[in-house]
Amino acid sequence: MLKLAALKKKKEAGGGTERAGGDGTTASADGVSVANASNALAAASRLRLQRDITELDVSDRVSVQFPDANDLTRFVVAVRPPEGHYRGGWFRFAFEVPPTYPHAPPRVRCLTRVFHPNIDEQGNVCLNILREEWKPVLSLNSILYGLQHLFLEPNAEDGLNREAAQLLMSHPNEFRARVTQWMRREAATGASSSRGR
Amino acid sequence: MDTLAVKWSAMDRLLGHSGPFAGSDFVTDDDDSVKQFIRYECRVLVVGAGALGCEMLKSLAMCGFSQLHVVDVDTIDLSNLNRQFLFREPDMGQSKAEVAARALQRRVPSCRVQAHHVDLTTLTPEFYRQFHVVVAGLDSIEARRWLNATLVSLVQCEHDAETPDPSTVIPMVDGGTEGLAGQARVILPRLSACFECTLSLFPMEARAFPLCTLASTPRLPEHCIEYASAVLWPQSERGRDAPLDVHDPGQVQWVYERAVERAEAFGIGGVTYALTLGVLRGVVPAVASTNAMIGSACALEVLKLATHLARPLNDWMAYNGAHGVYVYPFANERRPDCAVCGRPAPLRLRLPRSATLNDLLEVVAAHAELRARRPSIVSDSRPLYMATPPALQEATRVNLPKRLADQLQLPSRAADRLEYLLSLTDPSMPLGRQLLVVLEEADAAQPATDDTVEREA
Ligand SMILES: [Zn+2]
Repeated sequence: MLKLAALKKKKEAGGGTERAGGDGTTASADGVSVANASNALAAASRLRLQRDITELDVSDRVSVQFPDANDLTRFVVAVRPPEGHYRGGWFRFAFEVPPTYPHAPPRVRCLTRVFHPNIDEQGNVCLNILREEWKPVLSLNSILYGLQHLFLEPNAEDGLNREAAQLLMSHPNEFRARVTQWMRREAATGASSSRGR
Repeated sequence: MDTLAVKWSAMDRLLGHSGPFAGSDFVTDDDDSVKQFIRYECRVLVVGAGALGCEMLKSLAMCGFSQLHVVDVDTIDLSNLNRQFLFREPDMGQSKAEVAARALQRRVPSCRVQAHHVDLTTLTPEFYRQFHVVVAGLDSIEARRWLNATLVSLVQCEHDAETPDPSTVIPMVDGGTEGLAGQARVILPRLSACFECTLSLFPMEARAFPLCTLASTPRLPEHCIEYASAVLWPQSERGRDAPLDVHDPGQVQWVYERAVERAEAFGIGGVTYALTLGVLRGVVPAVASTNAMIGSACALEVLKLATHLARPLNDWMAYNGAHGVYVYPFANERRPDCAVCGRPAPLRLRLPRSATLNDLLEVVAAHAELRARRPSIVSDSRPLYMATPPALQEATRVNLPKRLADQLQLPSRAADRLEYLLSLTDPSMPLGRQLLVVLEEADAAQPATDDTVEREA
């Protein structure tokens, strides 16, 4: 029997700790054999990815394209910020989902060249939930929201592109001009930039 | 006299001495600690502030539970007022959760009720984690499946990943009513049968009938009604331009008449106007007394869980008031292969060898354990059909009319059949499910039969 009254202390101390089974997907691990457990986990991982993909929150501000419709683990997300410095641009990100998803986060690279404190020339993206703060309870949509947020509120404290970060802090107007300049150039060269879908 | 004083004197009597039905952890409440727990510490979440929710909130408050939360996304409608007694006419259009919370606090001032006027599925696991007990008075199976899966997912396991840590188990007390019948149950996630374990006990919703059954082999009056609305209406003069409006009595009458004709043609009885309305709108008339009984039964289970004054229901109570008054308890078993709280083996589906992807989608929509609404099916990591996002739906819908056998290349285990492991996800399914699709020679195959594959060691 449960002792609700006795549990109250633990519950108060508990907070949001994560352990095995905490997100409902690891529960498929079983003691029958190692092979079975890993098969079950791989199946659970694929189901989870499939489900997350069907739930992708696409809109006129976010589009998702699958270069190979036979492969769910690679896709391109394009984000169009509705306001802020980056308003009106399309920014594309390549997603690559590892077999260990959702225990490991997807790898995300920015395909569009952009003057942004948290995105560097090589397309590396500095977003906390893509690295240290990733948790299996998060989903692909969490990343989509995170990326959109990155364009609404670039984070100068956490500079990946130092020049952009310093400029944003010291000369916001000049920062804004540089952003616009880069966006124009990217729109003109077009090769890896916005697509109107 | 203060209502509160009355209430506590009743609780004193209940908690002051033991009895033959007391739980093994029951101790007489000599130092008032149990009452203190109920009043100041025990956080109870009531999900749904409809007819059942009103009953539950009232009964819990009158038992002395004073840390209540209530969730409901609905607003108050005129038709609610006859049985949802916390609401009055001026409240129409307002949030059910907020009005219920205010009304309750007015009547029982010592009770704190926090309202959440949101869809329960938008609340985070952290939100649900703060409660000692969750009581659900929901009218949809989908919402209960979601809540159940969420509470199961909150259970943390010891390091062996098998043994649930009881301090993380949040009991779910679930009530449901339909006309003169109802049921109440107690779910101890990962310790007892969960909602998903017993999903097959619930009748299929009428709208999930496979189209092939409706068209060729109707057996139930509902099949005839559904055929009239889903097939005949779109072909009719008015139906060509607009979908059926289930709130237009003329159109409902039209469907009813066509359904009667079809029922006569197939020798099926039982098509009535009321049933037509029920099938089309998916509603059964609500009965206040049923809600009162089930709501009280649920509140009583919360009281038992919180105080141990009696052993909680194990685990299901059904009530039927249609022919006399009939109540019986029933103990459900956990399913080791439950998709939510167990370790599910793939579900075996047999189809004829000529079956198309479309046929498979119909089977998973009609299957009692799946009930997929907008299914997506993937083979290994290659999508066969994805209902969303649009880019994938466009890319995969060409597969629908193709035969499964032509789309899949996987080893067959026997000469006379082909077996494929597929994964199914659907908005109504918390985790998705693996399917073992067996394509058999036409004469050997029984469409849509199923059994669960034995686990392979
Ligand atoms: Zn279960």
